[in-house]
Amino acid sequence: MEKFTRLTAIVAPLDRANVDTDAIIPKQFLKSIKRSGFGPNLFDEWRYEDVGQPDADNSGRPLRKDFVLNLPRYQGAKILLARENFGCGSSREHAPWALKDFGFDVIIAPSFADIFFNNSFKNGILPIVLDDKTVDNLFQETFAHEGYQLEINLAEQHIIKPDGEVIAFEVDRFRKHCLLNGLDDIGLTLQHAEQIQAFEANRKATKPWLY
Amino acid sequence: MAGKTLYDKLWDDHVVRQEEDGTALIYIDRQLLHEVTSPQAFEGLRLAKRKPWRVEANLATCDHNVPTTDLKNGIDSIADPVSKIQVQTLGMNTKQFGITEFGMGDPRQGIVHVVGPEEGITLPGTTLVCGDSHTATHGALASLAHGIGTSEVEHVLATQCLIQKKMKNMLVKVEGKLRPGVTPKDVILAIIGKIGTAGGNGYAIEFGGQVFRDMSVEGRMTVCNMAIEGGARVGLVAVDEKTIEYVKGRPYAPKGEHWELAVEAWKSLVSDEDAVFDRVVEIQGEDILPQVSWGTSPEMVLDVNGHIPDPDKEADPVKATSIRNALKYMGLAAGTPIKEIPVEYVFIGSCTNSRIEDLRAAASVLKGKKVADKVELAIAVPGSGLVKQQAEAEGLDKVFIEAGFEWRNPGCSMCLAMNADRLPAGKHCASTSNRNFEGRQGAGGRTHLVSPEMAAAAAVAGHFVDVRDVL
Repeated sequence: MEKFTRLTAIVAPLDRANVDTDAIIPKQFLKSIKRSGFGPNLFDEWRYEDVGQPDADNSGRPLRKDFVLNLPRYQGAKILLARENFGCGSSREHAPWALKDFGFDVIIAPSFADIFFNNSFKNGILPIVLDDKTVDNLFQETFAHEGYQLEINLAEQHIIKPDGEVIAFEVDRFRKHCLLNGLDDIGLTLQHAEQIQAFEANRKATKPWLY
Repeated sequence: MAGKTLYDKLWDDHVVRQEEDGTALIYIDRQLLHEVTSPQAFEGLRLAKRKPWRVEANLATCDHNVPTTDLKNGIDSIADPVSKIQVQTLGMNTKQFGITEFGMGDPRQGIVHVVGPEEGITLPGTTLVCGDSHTATHGALASLAHGIGTSEVEHVLATQCLIQKKMKNMLVKVEGKLRPGVTPKDVILAIIGKIGTAGGNGYAIEFGGQVFRDMSVEGRMTVCNMAIEGGARVGLVAVDEKTIEYVKGRPYAPKGEHWELAVEAWKSLVSDEDAVFDRVVEIQGEDILPQVSWGTSPEMVLDVNGHIPDPDKEADPVKATSIRNALKYMGLAAGTPIKEIPVEYVFIGSCTNSRIEDLRAAASVLKGKKVADKVELAIAVPGSGLVKQQAEAEGLDKVFIEAGFEWRNPGCSMCLAMNADRLPAGKHCASTSNRNFEGRQGAGGRTHLVSPEMAAAAAVAGHFVDVRDVL
């Protein structure tokens, strides 16, 4: 997995609550057997006028000019600002794959759906939970100032605003460690292989009907 | 010390190790695989030169991409080449790693969440995962079951474990009795309407109270299936006689001496009387009426006698925006009675409502009636090949066909339209599925979530009606 340490980047504001994974990456793109190449179809139905197809060339497709990610001022954004319950719905990891492939490394929202939140960390995306008021304030500032950027520092667990204000955020210790070092979960778990084997042997003895 | 909840018991029984900060390694008893969320996981195993930890813990079937129409050419019945490759890839991967697959043409093939319980793979007291959020379904049998992403599918394949933090406990208690015509689907939709689509975030929900004790195991599956639509990855119902009766004799269920041992252990899979829940939500069964979703989130739901809400009367600006966006997408005006929403498509199926009891319930409403002329397509899609066989043995297929429905082959179908079954843009669909998100059933399609009985009644009327008026 790719490391995440710190980042200073443009913020794109997606001003909708309950953004679901069907919106993030519609179903027709889940037919791919690869992990890459989902970026051009991120938010496909909101981004384009027509209906996208897997394996098609997206370069000539008509864009919905009013969709936030199509506005010139947010080009190059690596931080997505969202409303509550971002990433609800299905467990498709294609959602964080699409966000990452598009260029987002950080998502800030008042809350995230559990499975999406989990999937993000596995793909080098840092989801940051801030309270409603702070998020709302960031929305207002992003709208007000073209080129609005935030500095994200994972090691220090803080965000620095353009005016110098520092916003602290929480992150699970284990997930932070994995993200900072780009660690592969499976390798870490397999360090405990003996313990898993012992657990399994005991389970087989006490619950033989499971084996 | 306070007693344990059912979730606490299931969790404690599966902790392999736990770090100081609460991060735990949880043992996984069973994993179900399907074609959409597994290819990258198998590819990951190959790249890292890893093997599955315990091959027999896994079972695969294809469901999302399979056609529900003519299947006589086997895998070549899939017209879309990209879909076909995905289904073929599952076949190749399961073969390479020695995992059992119920592929196309196998009578046991079907929607993964119908197949697991049907085969007795889902057992009380187990942990069960699948790369699909509706894995919550299996909690109806007191299995700690939840959806995971593809990286975690690979993690479970390689290690038989998941890295987890314990969730909080929520009890949703529905006491009393349901009114006639009110179904498990209405119960879960009413619960989601009350707690909201994020209400269960971070929680495992246990469904308790007289209504769930009285409910069939299949009904409990419908309820647990949609726990995720209320934000909870896990939905659970305690073990009782019905649970044990349901599991007994199924192909993968324990037999003989093992069965006796298992039943003895399963009887303890209930929350202790003095267990403490972090949140309790109470609803009275008699207060629940048939439900219809009107918007683009499952929490946008009302009883059938309701009227579409007015965003101008919503004080919360974020919610008002959501209502405005939903009304625009759904082509509906504030104040419109639910019963005046036209129905042009009807879909009876999905992991929520495609089991034999669902088909019986819909058929009981349709018997001797015809689908309204303005309904352009009505389809009934059984959840598995075995459900289809059972329905046909009972003559239900004839009831659907005589009423004007198409009787299809098993799969996820128009719930998410990854196969060829799609809801066209602008059309309203009475659907027994679980999600009414924008584009879910097809780009621009307008989904209304209802029970099988309500979908059947809407098919006959050409608009939503209170099923209690036609029973």
